[in-house]
Amino acid sequence: MEITLRHIDKRFGKVHANADISVTFSEGKIYGVLGENGAGKSTLMKILAGFQPADQGEIVVDGKPREARLHFGPTESIRSGIGMLQQDPLDIASFTVIEDFVYGSGARLTMGLREARKALKIQCQRFGFDLDQESPVSHLTIGQRQQLEIVRLLALGVRVLILDEPTTGISAEQKETLFSTLGLLAHQEGMTILLVSHKLEDVVALCDRVVVLRAGQVVGEREMPATTSELVKMMFAEELPPQSRQAVTLGKKRVALEDVALRGRRVSLEGLHLSLSSGEVVGLAGLDGSGQDLVLRAAAGVIRTARGRVTVDGRDMTGKSYRQFRQAGVAFAAAGRLEEGLIAGLTLTEHVALGMPGALVKWRAAEADTSERLQRFNVRGRPESQVQQLSGGNQQRFLMAIMPANLALLAVEQPTRGLDVDSARWVWTQILARRASGTAVLFSSPDLDEIIQYSDRVIVFFAGRFIELADLSGVSIDDLGHLIGGQFEQANHA
Amino acid sequence: MRSHRLISATFIVLPVVVAVLFTSLLVMLVGNEPGEVFQTVWMGAFRNSNALAAVVNFWRPLVMVSMGLVITFTAGLWNIGVEGQMMMGAVFASWAARSLALPHPIQISAEIAAAALGGALWAGLAGVLKTRLGVNEIFGGVGLNALANLLAIYLISGPWQPPEGGSAHSTTPFPANSLLQPASTEFPVSMVALGLAFASIIGVTLALRGTRWGLQLKATGKSSASARLMGVPTTRSVISAMMVCGMLAGLAGSYRVLFTYESLRPLVSGGIGFLGLLVVLLAGIRALWTPFIAFAFAAIMAGSTRLRVSLQLDASLAGVLQGALVLLVLLSNGLRGRVVEWSDRRAAKQAASVSETASPGARHE
Repeated sequence: MEITLRHIDKRFGKVHANADISVTFSEGKIYGVLGENGAGKSTLMKILAGFQPADQGEIVVDGKPREARLHFGPTESIRSGIGMLQQDPLDIASFTVIEDFVYGSGARLTMGLREARKALKIQCQRFGFDLDQESPVSHLTIGQRQQLEIVRLLALGVRVLILDEPTTGISAEQKETLFSTLGLLAHQEGMTILLVSHKLEDVVALCDRVVVLRAGQVVGEREMPATTSELVKMMFAEELPPQSRQAVTLGKKRVALEDVALRGRRVSLEGLHLSLSSGEVVGLAGLDGSGQDLVLRAAAGVIRTARGRVTVDGRDMTGKSYRQFRQAGVAFAAAGRLEEGLIAGLTLTEHVALGMPGALVKWRAAEADTSERLQRFNVRGRPESQVQQLSGGNQQRFLMAIMPANLALLAVEQPTRGLDVDSARWVWTQILARRASGTAVLFSSPDLDEIIQYSDRVIVFFAGRFIELADLSGVSIDDLGHLIGGQFEQANHA
Repeated sequence: MRSHRLISATFIVLPVVVAVLFTSLLVMLVGNEPGEVFQTVWMGAFRNSNALAAVVNFWRPLVMVSMGLVITFTAGLWNIGVEGQMMMGAVFASWAARSLALPHPIQISAEIAAAALGGALWAGLAGVLKTRLGVNEIFGGVGLNALANLLAIYLISGPWQPPEGGSAHSTTPFPANSLLQPASTEFPVSMVALGLAFASIIGVTLALRGTRWGLQLKATGKSSASARLMGVPTTRSVISAMMVCGMLAGLAGSYRVLFTYESLRPLVSGGIGFLGLLVVLLAGIRALWTPFIAFAFAAIMAGSTRLRVSLQLDASLAGVLQGALVLLVLLSNGLRGRVVEWSDRRAAKQAASVSETASPGARHE
C-alpha cells in the first residue's frame, strides 16, 4: 500500500510540530523515521495512524486522498489498513493473550474463539513468536506484548505498520525475531513498515530508506545503506564527539545490600550481595520486570527488603522509610517522571520551595533559586510554569536540577527514557559529574548501549536470577542481549 | 489571554443564571410567582438585624467547616466524615459544659478546646485508618459519622438524659455560665464565635499560601507518590490535614450546642458538614472564595425559612436551588476547559493564516 502525505501541518499552541510536510512511503519497503526529540516525528506518525487530526494537509492512501484535518480515529485508520504499534503497547492488562487478540476484531462478530486460537497459533509459528494463549497480558514482557500487538494488527488486515521505538526493552533474541518478521512482512508480503527510532544501529541494520525530520520539517531522505555517523549528521547537521568518561578512582564503600531477599509482584529474588563505592557506576540490565527494578528501589529505600541488611555510609538502614534514606543522602529518580518524581499541577518554584528548610515559604528566594537552577541546568521553562507543561527532556533536566547535592547514592531508573541523543548525553553529563564528586550511581536501563557505555560493573537479571559482570572489557551488546534473554550458561563458559 | 478571562467570567455567571431560571421554572410549575419567591428569600435574610443575625448564625459553623474542608481537599482527601467530626466536637463541648463549673471566660475556653480536641481526634482516626490500614477516607468517614451520631443518641437517652425521664430528643439545657453570649437582642450573635470564624478564614488562607506545611499538603494532594519521593512526609500530611479540618469542624459543632440549641441533640450537625463540601466544590477549593460562597448559601438557607410563613412553600426549595447551582457549576467547569482548548486552537489557526498572507506581502516591499 502506498501512502503519500501532502502538506501536513500541525501546531500545538506556539509550537509548530509539523510544518508543511510532504513525503511518500511506497510499499514493500522499511522506512526509518529519524529526528531528535521534538522534531515532529511522533506527531506525524500519530496523524497518519489517526490518533490525532492535523490542522491542514491530506493523506493519500493508494491514490485515494482524504483530508488530514478531519478526525479519523485509530479504529478507522486500522480499517483503512494503517496500524501503529506504540512504545507502550495498547493492550489490556487484565485480558489473556487470546482475549486481547480477539478484541478489536468487532467488525467480524462471527469469528469464533476456536478459529481465533488457530489463527493466532499459525501467526506465531510463522514468525517464531513465543506467546502462551492463556497467559494474562500483565505477565508478558514488553517484547511479547509487541509480538501480540503485531499479530493482532495483522489479523485486522493492516498493510502499513508503524512502530515507535520497538527495540527498547527487548532481548537480543526478541529483536532478531522482530527484525526478521519485519523483513518478511515488507520484502515478501509487500507491506509498508515505518520505524521510528533513536537507535541508529537498528535503523542501519533494518531500513531500506530513511526520512529525517528536524524542527517539524523533512530535512533529508536517502536510500540505505548509510553509516550511523552519516545519519547523525543528517539529524543534527553536525557530528557529535563521543562522550568522554574520565577515570574515577573508587573511594570508600557508600551503600551495601547484604544477603538481601526481595519480593515483587512478578518476581522475587534471594541472596543478593551488592556494594557500591564512592564514584562507582553500576548498571542493572534485564527485560522489564526481571528484578532489576526491585533492587534499584530497595537500594534507595523506596521498598523494604524481605530479608537482609541495607547500609548507607556504614549506617544500618534496614526497614527505614524512604524519607530516612533521603536524609542519609540517597535519592531515587523513577522512570515515570510525572508519576513518581515530579508533581503535575505544581509550578517549578513550588517544587524548589518544597526542598527548602523552614516552616514558612520564602517565595521570593524560592523563585530566585528556581531561575538560577533553570539556567544552570539548561531547562526551557519559567519558574511559574507548571511542571507538566515542560517537554520530556526538560522535565528530566528539571528533576536533576532539584536533586539534593552531595548524595551517597543516586539511584536512577531508565535515566534517558524517551530522550533524544542530545538530551540523553546531557543527563549523563550530570550523572557523571555527581559520580566525580563521590556519589555512587546505580541505574537500570532497557538500552544495552547505555548499560555498556556508562557502567563500571553490570548486574544482569532474568526472572529473579542474576549474574554479575565485574569486568566489562570484551562484553558486547550482543553478549548482553543473550544474557537478558536468560542464557546465563554462555557467560559462565566465557 | 484576554479571551481566556472573558470565557472564565462567562462560565462563572452562566451556571448561576441557569440555576435561577431552573428554580424559577419549578416555582412556576407549582403555581407561584418566581419574583415573589426570590424577594421573600431576600427579605427573609436581610429585612432587619435579627434576620441578618440568623444568616450569620448559619454562616459561622458553615464557614468554619468549609475552611477545614479547603485543607483536606488541598491534600487530596474527601473528608466525608466531617459531619461526624462536628458531632464529636459537640459531644466533647457538651461534656465540658455539663461537667465543669469555672469562671465564664475559662469555662468557654475549656469548652472550645474540648470541642477542637473531639473533632481532631475523630478526624485523626479516619486519617490513621486511611494511612495505616488502607481504608479509604470516604468509607471510614461514613462509618465514623454513624458512630458519632450513635454515641450522641446514647448519651442523650442514657447518662445525660433529663431527670424527668428518658427522651431521645435532647439533653437538659446547659447552665447559662456554659453558654456563648449573644452580643445584643437586636443582633443575637456570639462575638467570640464570630472572632473564631474570622481567625479560621485568615489562618487557613495564610497557612495554605505561605507555609511549608501548606505546600506539602498541596504536593501530597496532587501526587502522593511523587511527593513521597521528593521527601514530603505524606502520611503526616494526610493525618495533620484531617486533624486540622476535624478541629475546625469540632468548633463548628460546638457552636450548635453552646449557642443554637443550648443542649446536645441527635444529628446536631444538621447537614452543615455536607453543605460545606458543596461550598468548597463551588469555590473550586479556593480559600478566599469560600467565605463568600458560604455566606450566599447561609443567606439562602436562613432566608428560605420565610417561604413557609409567607407563601406556604416548603423551605426545601432552597435546597433545590443549591443543588442545581452546584451541579451546574461543576458542569460548566468541565465545559470551560473544552471551550478554552477550542478557542486556543482557533487562535493558532488564525495566527497561522495571518502569517501566511503576510509573508508574500513582505516580499513585495
